[in-house]
Amino acid sequence: MLRSGSPRPERLERPASKDLQERSVDFMSDTAISNERTQALPDGGMGSARDFFELLKPRVMSLVIFTALVGIVVAPGDIHPVIGFTALLCIAVGAGASGALNMWYDADIDAHMTRTVKRPIPAGRVTPSEAAAFGATLSVFSVMTMGVLVNWVAAALLAFTIFFYVAVYTVWLKRRTPQNIVIGGAAGAFPPMIGWAAVTGTVTLESAVLFLIIFMWTPPHFWALALRSSDDYKNAGVPMLPVVAGDKATRRQIMIYSALLVPVTLLPGFLGFAGPLYMGVTAVLGAGFLWLAFSLWRKEPGAAQEKAAMRLFGYSILYLFLIFSLLLVEKIFGLDALPAGALVPGM
Amino acid sequence: MAQEQDESKRHEVEAPRWTEEQIKRRRQRNLAIAWALAGFIVLFFVVTIVKLGGNVANRPI
Repeated sequence: MLRSGSPRPERLERPASKDLQERSVDFMSDTAISNERTQALPDGGMGSARDFFELLKPRVMSLVIFTALVGIVVAPGDIHPVIGFTALLCIAVGAGASGALNMWYDADIDAHMTRTVKRPIPAGRVTPSEAAAFGATLSVFSVMTMGVLVNWVAAALLAFTIFFYVAVYTVWLKRRTPQNIVIGGAAGAFPPMIGWAAVTGTVTLESAVLFLIIFMWTPPHFWALALRSSDDYKNAGVPMLPVVAGDKATRRQIMIYSALLVPVTLLPGFLGFAGPLYMGVTAVLGAGFLWLAFSLWRKEPGAAQEKAAMRLFGYSILYLFLIFSLLLVEKIFGLDALPAGALVPGM
Repeated sequence: MAQEQDESKRHEVEAPRWTEEQIKRRRQRNLAIAWALAGFIVLFFVVTIVKLGGNVANRPI
């Protein structure tokens, strides 16, 4: 919950409706609208194609595409490359659509944060209604295309992911609880599971493990960034953990989630879809993650904490990328199985 | 007379006139939509052929 007295900005007036209100006043006062006036305040239609592409959150989308690709490749069974590409495209567009809907709903708080103030809606290049229509259209198209061309299990998972990100995370949790990104992080963890379902047509324990890796990775990754941007979140009235519980509690939570994350990343080996290369390198990478989380935990608020937080944030991106790359490489080169008895002596 | 002209001018509502920049952006958006739709059609065609596979030739003549 928000601490008492935390600033909570009012939702911004939608530029389009404000414009319409002013116009109707003009008509009521029987004053002709000058040409200059209509040019100065256009009712939408100002965004370039690049602005609409930016609404799709391309940087987030790149991670979604990569993890979904790993889900497709690692899943047992064959998929025609064209169908695989279609599944990947649908996941990418669906993720982008949910990003556009997120930007539509969060335009008011985006306008208060330095990190997001230049996004197309707060910058006034795209109207909220344009973004909402764009996001909704792409959501429907991505889910229906996935269902018709790939399979309906993957389509249902994609629809649920969009719903989860927009309704559960953006609308419900983000402004209400410091656990927003813990639960909301599930939305970012679904892509490999959707990729897996595109190949197998089902949800299995293995795909749930891929989900769990990203799910456990999200809190330490995001909170490390939030430690640095806590003033921004405070100004915007978003109850991120450092704003509500303070830096010390956030550092402790990062340590706890990191300690839970590392064993989870070793589960693919125990479930038989990762080999010794994955297990060895992931264990070393996990030790690095734990060390950085521990270093951050020991810091006091200030420049040293910020430096340690950003080091962990940067490492976390590399960490997830390398773990999923290892799964990909092992599968491609047929190294994705541990020798018999490697994990349980005597077998 | 002059007053009447002023009065009629007051009731004139000029249609919004797009600037060069707006027209350029609209053209960009239209092209992007056109390419996306064309890609969508090609995708459905290719996937249909892939799904039909060899059966594409298996029809009574």
